[in-house]
Amino acid sequence: MKRAGEVGGGAEQEMVPEAEFRSYYGRPILKLPRWKAPHLPAYLYLGGLSGASAVMGAAAAVTGRRALARAGRVTAAAAALGGTGFLVAELGRPERFHHMLRVAKPTSPMSMGSWLLTAHSGLSGAAAASDLTGVVPALGAAAGAAAAVTGPLVATYSAVLLADTAVPAWHEAYRELPFVFAGSALASAGAVGLAATALGSGRDRAPAARMAVLGAALEVAATYQLERGLGLTAETYQQGEAGQMMRAARWLTPAGAVAALAAGRSRAAALAAAGLLTAGAVTTRVGVFKAGPASAADPKYVIASQRNYHASK
Amino acid sequence: MTNNRLYGPLSDVSGDAGYPGDHPERVGFFTDTSVCIGCKACEVACKEWNGLPDPVAGDLTLTGMSYDNTGALGANSWRHVAFIEDTVPAPAPADGGDLLSLVADADSDGDGDGGTTRWLMASDVCKHCTHAACLDVCPTGALVRTEFGTVIVQPDVCNGCAYCVSACPFGVIDRREDDGRAWKCTMCYDRLRGDLEPACAKACPTDSIQFGPLDELRAIAQTRLDELHQAGNTEARLYGEDPDDGVGGTGAFFLLLDEPEVYGLPPDPVVTTRDLPAMWRRAGAAAAVLAAGVAVAFAGRRS
Repeated sequence: MKRAGEVGGGAEQEMVPEAEFRSYYGRPILKLPRWKAPHLPAYLYLGGLSGASAVMGAAAAVTGRRALARAGRVTAAAAALGGTGFLVAELGRPERFHHMLRVAKPTSPMSMGSWLLTAHSGLSGAAAASDLTGVVPALGAAAGAAAAVTGPLVATYSAVLLADTAVPAWHEAYRELPFVFAGSALASAGAVGLAATALGSGRDRAPAARMAVLGAALEVAATYQLERGLGLTAETYQQGEAGQMMRAARWLTPAGAVAALAAGRSRAAALAAAGLLTAGAVTTRVGVFKAGPASAADPKYVIASQRNYHASK
Repeated sequence: MTNNRLYGPLSDVSGDAGYPGDHPERVGFFTDTSVCIGCKACEVACKEWNGLPDPVAGDLTLTGMSYDNTGALGANSWRHVAFIEDTVPAPAPADGGDLLSLVADADSDGDGDGGTTRWLMASDVCKHCTHAACLDVCPTGALVRTEFGTVIVQPDVCNGCAYCVSACPFGVIDRREDDGRAWKCTMCYDRLRGDLEPACAKACPTDSIQFGPLDELRAIAQTRLDELHQAGNTEARLYGEDPDDGVGGTGAFFLLLDEPEVYGLPPDPVVTTRDLPAMWRRAGAAAAVLAAGVAVAFAGRRS
């Protein structure tokens, strides 16, 4: 038990001598986020997957790649539905989920996200339903094209959702987090495209593979940039459960990208890439999520960010 | 000029929230911790008046944190008296009525090292920020600004999304586990409507908690601070009274006798929404990169 006003930091041995922090019995200054795993990270993953898949579906439809278009549209609709389910289950009063649409508030990323997700779910659902049933194909194509506009926003707004909080690991990462999520979403959708084409006729695997590689590269680069810019708070992405997840992603995502490069010649490589990239995207989301509570639990991160006591290295 | 809707000084918070010009003046709390005696009458009066739920059996534990067994503000504790009990170097010999001699006697812990036991007590409460992050991020409109310039939750609207919990830079608002909704101090909105002062201020026996129009309280606080400085207490400081701070000044502000973090308060809180325009721009740019990535991936000739 720390004493009131006691000087000290975390329990870990540090290479750099820690700056001195005083606190109220070592208790958190912030409330720990009430959001929980697996709900929130699952939503982050599914929202990204849905958003990027909608774009993939529309691009495939425009370029005449039927199978890939269907894979994109169906994935976009299913992931939007699943993600919404996780969001509702996260509420303290799930039966009041419709209160989300009482108002439209630009200052609330959750309000904006609710409207965005509602529009995106409807559009991607209509596009998928039309594709599967063959009913009103023109309207289905129009809905699919519109979902390609809402999709990228659904994939990246969730970064603002996390960043617009007092939680140091999320707020201080607001510049890089949308790009981490964009890369991760691209890779996720590319992975589904790879799996779908590998299990199907095998045609049109190349654009899915290129999406996967581009997404993986962006995810890795943006994550690296994120940790570099955080000062002391970077610890929360490197230690504990968050650290395990981020380290796992650092291997899974590049390995998936390498497999995706070979996907054109090998069905096995395409399936391996799909698995590795999906695992990488999920672990990245879990890692980002877990860093939040870790940074709220120890008052030193709040104090350091506010007093600019950033560790020298 | 910018209208400071997200950040910076704001002279009329209720007007900015849309109340007509004849709304009541902004009220607040000035908590002068230098005269707090740690009696917890504020905590009790608050729980009584607001009918806050009894703690469940498992919560009735001793924390080992001096006389503080409340621990922190939360969904069911809207006032929280902090007790700081530690050893500090003995003050220089006091001449006559030095205020420090009231705070601590030299080597009062009796261990002969010249150190002295210091007691600080402070009653914490929701800050009713000028720029309230909880209110900004609330997606349902459950959190609103009142005509008095305070911030309250409408329990019939809140759907328990808990966004406010993560947004509050002071760790004040929390979700009640049994009913799933977010709760915090209302500055006794019902009493204000009836021209009564909030229960905590009413119950405070030493006037450590003072209630009134915010402008008057700021003047009172400045006078008190000058008094303490003249008496040699150089550690005395105001916390939250400055409209130029990161939350545009708070509706409930404090006179502290040490650094804010010693009391469990953030040293320099900033409303997260200050950076929201930049966040949306970054998210928009990232969305464009995502779309461009797909376009590039599909640009090649069909194999």
